[in-house]
Amino acid sequence: MAILVDRNTRLCVSGITGREGTFHTLRDRDYGTNVVSGVTPGKGGQEVDGIPVFNTFHAAVTETGANAAMVFVPPRFAADSILEAENAGIDLIVAITEGIPAHDELRVYNHLRRGSARLVGPNCPGILSPGKANVGIIPAQFFKQGNVGLVSRSGTLTYQIGNELAQSGFGNSSIVGIGGDPVPGSSFVDIIELFEADPETELIVMCGEIGGSAEEEAADFIADNVSKPVLAYIAGFTAPPGKTMGHAGAIVSGSTGTAAAKAEALEARGVRVGRNPTQVAEIAVEILGARV
Amino acid sequence: MDLLEYQGKQLFAKHGVPVPEGQPAASVQEAVEVAEGLGFPVVIKAQVQTGGRGKAGGIRLAADAAEAEAHAKAILGMDIRGLTVHELYVERASEIDEEYYAAVVFDRSAKKPMAMLSRMGGMDVEAVAETDPEAMRMVHVDPLIGFQDFHGRRLAFEAGIAADVIRPVGAMLARLYTVFVVEDATLVEVNPLLVTKDRRVTALDSKVTIDGNALYRHPDLAELRDLSAEDPQERMAAERGLTYVKLDGNVGILGNGAGLVMSTLDVVAQAGGRPANFLDAGGGSKADVITSAVEVILSDDKVTAVLFNIFGGITRCDEVARGLIEAFEQIEPDVPFVVRLDGTNDQEGRRLLAKAKLPNVHPEATMLGAAERVVELAG
Repeated sequence: MAILVDRNTRLCVSGITGREGTFHTLRDRDYGTNVVSGVTPGKGGQEVDGIPVFNTFHAAVTETGANAAMVFVPPRFAADSILEAENAGIDLIVAITEGIPAHDELRVYNHLRRGSARLVGPNCPGILSPGKANVGIIPAQFFKQGNVGLVSRSGTLTYQIGNELAQSGFGNSSIVGIGGDPVPGSSFVDIIELFEADPETELIVMCGEIGGSAEEEAADFIADNVSKPVLAYIAGFTAPPGKTMGHAGAIVSGSTGTAAAKAEALEARGVRVGRNPTQVAEIAVEILGARV
Repeated sequence: MDLLEYQGKQLFAKHGVPVPEGQPAASVQEAVEVAEGLGFPVVIKAQVQTGGRGKAGGIRLAADAAEAEAHAKAILGMDIRGLTVHELYVERASEIDEEYYAAVVFDRSAKKPMAMLSRMGGMDVEAVAETDPEAMRMVHVDPLIGFQDFHGRRLAFEAGIAADVIRPVGAMLARLYTVFVVEDATLVEVNPLLVTKDRRVTALDSKVTIDGNALYRHPDLAELRDLSAEDPQERMAAERGLTYVKLDGNVGILGNGAGLVMSTLDVVAQAGGRPANFLDAGGGSKADVITSAVEVILSDDKVTAVLFNIFGGITRCDEVARGLIEAFEQIEPDVPFVVRLDGTNDQEGRRLLAKAKLPNVHPEATMLGAAERVVELAG
């Protein structure tokens, strides 16, 4: 088992003919992901290394039975592409695009919440279920199959922590990047709920950062609903208020969104918080036992 | 991107939010001319992006041309919370009866816009929210439906504002919501929302933040970006397309990916050091980006040592190593560098660095080890 993406995933890539889109699509396919089609308006009928390209998501779904979408188009086209994928009946949409206007994200989020489609991202590295499927840009070579579910707001920090865990002998059920934007399609709570229900996952590691209150909301959810051990890391203890630290969502406004407040909220609910990526792996060893 | 008061008010006027008559001025002479055109009394207001302008003496009432000239002279060039006043706003004075507070904000937790109204405006609104939270009324707005009349009525009745201004205040809230959506704002705030002696409502101040990701839809607003107000290193980095935030320490930091860089700042602080900056060289960092980033970091003369913390995913460690070697060829840094390369092509990257024998470059195998080393070298 794993969550969200696996061998049953039939992926359609929006923006497949762009440079980045082509590169990562083929990388994902090489990993074993079943990439069935792509969408680029005006390039229907072409192929990208044997993958058929369609003008619309509707055609791609009808012709190739796609059940998941990856969105790689530039920010000004991304909201439209996400909505098109949903309208064509796709249940899982992974948006990699960075820099989508906040009001577009608000409209997309509030529309999607009324239906059954799930959005992961935007501004995220995607989802990797080691040994099964990779949908996004996570470098799969560092991760093997295992029992740790990893969910994160940041890309490279996920790789750093995942690699520390790997060096301690742990593999992953799935790794989910929920993205660094102010309105992520899926929150920590949404993904932790899936890991709780996933039989392969024995430990959940959440990797948060400054800004917003998603970590605090996760702390409450974990206390009331999660039986599995959860371990957290929070980045940004030294971030000054009022400065956006790279991610649009990573900003301390007034007294809200600080790393200290998030760590405190999690610890108050029984979630252990590692002070640096290395310590996260050390605590994982304490919880699950040594693997090496 | 934060707008100045008068820029926000120009947006308000464009969308039918009532504002007092006024015009910006960049010199004393211009201020006096604007004041004479408006008719006295006028208010001369410092245009800087910070609160506390009134307390700092940056907002003054002028009864005639001589006073306008004296106030404009005093305020131009004034320092308010570290910001120098380069621009004034000259506005016809209003007769104050009541001061309310109104805002439309972006509630990240609910993932919806939120409209706010209080009849306790003017003073320190945050203090009111703490001592009398009931006085600040809030309502979420469904972004797919937009602001409805009932939202305005509900806020106005619950906030307990005077009966004769309930309709105009509700109308102003609806228009502020229009500003929020149409102009891609993440914050629209009016404090105070004034009720004048003759019972008209008007926005006496404005605070508007525009979403930087949406500026491509608003070329007129993009032009308002005041680069001169930004830190010189931050401006240099922005021109080169790098994400850089200046901090006040002496350890220069470069990493790839926002989360990893934030984490790097934290471990440097845990090791007893003080980071000089946040710099995210981004995914897929190529050699020329690295060279450019090193120049930005070293342009801050407080920097006494630099830490490179790279976990290569899309970014290839050999590219980063090549960039660092090129940077050393071009700028010959005189501070030590600690370099930790892990991930994609890390062995090749380390081999290249070892072969280049760069002066004063110290390789480290782990993030924690690298942090300790750089703090030691930074002194």
